[in-house]
Amino acid sequence: MKKAKKGVTFNHNPLLRSELSAWRPRFVLLCLLGGSLALIGRAAYLQGVHDQFLQAKGESRYARVLEVPATRGKITDRQGDVLAVSSPVKSIWAIPEDARLDPSQTRQLAGLLELGVSELNQKLSSDKDFIYLKRQVSPELADRIAALKLPGIHDQREYRRFYPGGDVMAHVLGFTGVDDKGQEGIELAFESQLAGKPGSRRVVKDRRGNVVEDVQSIRLPQDGREVALSIDNKIQYLAHAALKQAMTDHKAKAGGVVVLDAKTGEVLALANAPTYNPNNRVKLTGDQLRNRALTDTFEPGSTMKPFTAALALEKGKVTAGTIINCAPGRMTIGSATISDAHPHGALSVAQVIQKSSNIGAAKMALSFPPETMWKMLDDLGFGTPLKLGFPGEVGGRLRPAKAWRPIEQATMSYGHGMSVNLMQMANAYQVFARDGDIVPVSLSRLDAPPVHGARVFSPQTAREVRQMLELVVQKGGTAPQAGVPGYRVGGKTGTAMKLVGGRYAHKYVASFVGIAPISDPRLIVAVMIDEPSNGKHYGGDVAAPIFSQVTAGALRSLGVAPDAPLKPLQVARQGVSQPAVREAM
Amino acid sequence: MARLTGFLLMLVVASSLGVVASQHQARKLYTAVEREQQRSQQLEVEWGQLQLEQSTWAAHARIEKLAREKLAMRPPLSGQIIAIEEQP
Repeated sequence: MKKAKKGVTFNHNPLLRSELSAWRPRFVLLCLLGGSLALIGRAAYLQGVHDQFLQAKGESRYARVLEVPATRGKITDRQGDVLAVSSPVKSIWAIPEDARLDPSQTRQLAGLLELGVSELNQKLSSDKDFIYLKRQVSPELADRIAALKLPGIHDQREYRRFYPGGDVMAHVLGFTGVDDKGQEGIELAFESQLAGKPGSRRVVKDRRGNVVEDVQSIRLPQDGREVALSIDNKIQYLAHAALKQAMTDHKAKAGGVVVLDAKTGEVLALANAPTYNPNNRVKLTGDQLRNRALTDTFEPGSTMKPFTAALALEKGKVTAGTIINCAPGRMTIGSATISDAHPHGALSVAQVIQKSSNIGAAKMALSFPPETMWKMLDDLGFGTPLKLGFPGEVGGRLRPAKAWRPIEQATMSYGHGMSVNLMQMANAYQVFARDGDIVPVSLSRLDAPPVHGARVFSPQTAREVRQMLELVVQKGGTAPQAGVPGYRVGGKTGTAMKLVGGRYAHKYVASFVGIAPISDPRLIVAVMIDEPSNGKHYGGDVAAPIFSQVTAGALRSLGVAPDAPLKPLQVARQGVSQPAVREAM
Repeated sequence: MARLTGFLLMLVVASSLGVVASQHQARKLYTAVEREQQRSQQLEVEWGQLQLEQSTWAAHARIEKLAREKLAMRPPLSGQIIAIEEQP
């Protein structure tokens, strides 16, 4: 072997010849085996036992959780006309740190947002991580801003509430805040029904951002439910328009009109003044916000007298024809003296109502114990809130019968020394319109009218008082201006002096509560005007014409058949001229 | 034996191709559904806006103004209304 001489071949490497101990290869083999076992074990652990972690990690590379928006429910009137609806808008926000804009960009953005350049710069130089530049802008404007592709400026989808009715319905509906949550009125009262619950779901997105697979639905979105109110859009408008006109005519401070459906207890209209536009609430004062018909109380005055008369009839103390001596127009009880605005002589019970005699009412009231009278007032719903679910609703003041002195019992018979809100007044007049019982007042549309009400008076009493109420609007009554051509109507005026600092001042609350038509009552209309100060202040002069106007329109709108016999002469005369009372359509 | 294996192998290949194809089909359909759902949401929004527009145009104040001023209309007087009662 020549080669062997030159060097050593592998096979003849002397190292191979040295004997190795047998354990060494085995040890290496064992190490390799152990290593692979560890790997297999780890793999099995990750795949089989502890698999959630890696799965989640993997999923997060392609799966996304999407927010599924839910819309707030609509509010409609009883016919389904939309009164409030949410529509998507955009809010423009910025990350100030990322928003490095050159001056021309800033000018452009400020122009679109209708902000001053310096104002915008000030916002963008804030050291917060997130600021809103402008909330609730139109989607079109947001698209134009997005088209500028400014760094650090983003938009976000939100909802805004729109009220097509504007100020007509403002107090009933209330409004929502910038976050689409109810803050006032129905929006607050029915929040749980109206609010939608946004859902979320996990999806797989492809490279282009299309959703290709639904992995799981974490939460289903729940749209808010639609709320149908008992309000009749048309009657509401009539009430609003009539009230607005009267506010200017009488230079009044405030006012309210409530229209109830006597058959079902549903509120057909609820108008207040002063009012506001819920779509633009920039210069809003607390005064405008008040839903006076529910949250303000006043001394009702003479509108309470029919209840006193009804109680006297019910207890058999008098009949409609019983004569009560009201001369000489003054009466002393204890140390106090009460008087009539216009002195009367001897009047029948019906005339006491027709001519609104305080003394007549007081004499009737003093014929029964305080408890009996208190019980009736309590049954009629005075002194406790009506529980319409409306925020800020009050119950008025009705002191317990034990604390009554005779003079108080006398003044309460004609509506002084107690306080009520307008809705309670309308509610209580149900006893006359409904043959003696009361059903709960409802702001939401009822599918079926309540069958049984709480009985307060017998049908006989209710009908008799109804006749007396009709006398009030006829010749010789206190409110001939409340008449409605073609219909028999009835009601009662109220003119109460206002308590200012514990004393009666020469400021008045004029009111009128009436029912129509008398033959089969369908409507109850209550009108209240606070501090009319244009010369007239009697309920018959101030509130009665509003009643007439609203009732005429509402009866026609509801298609109630006229129940008064026609007077041909009058019709012929009126046919060519303007109507005596300017009606709203 | 080898023939059977070959046949089964072909079946496996065919079915796996089928799985891929149907998966692709499913994703395409799902995207379409997604698009339609978005469209329905869009339409819902538009419906709300149209309702809003409608009630703005049909506001009673506006109608009354138009009826009185433009069309010279007025409410009928009580004597001009004839009520017709339905026979039960």
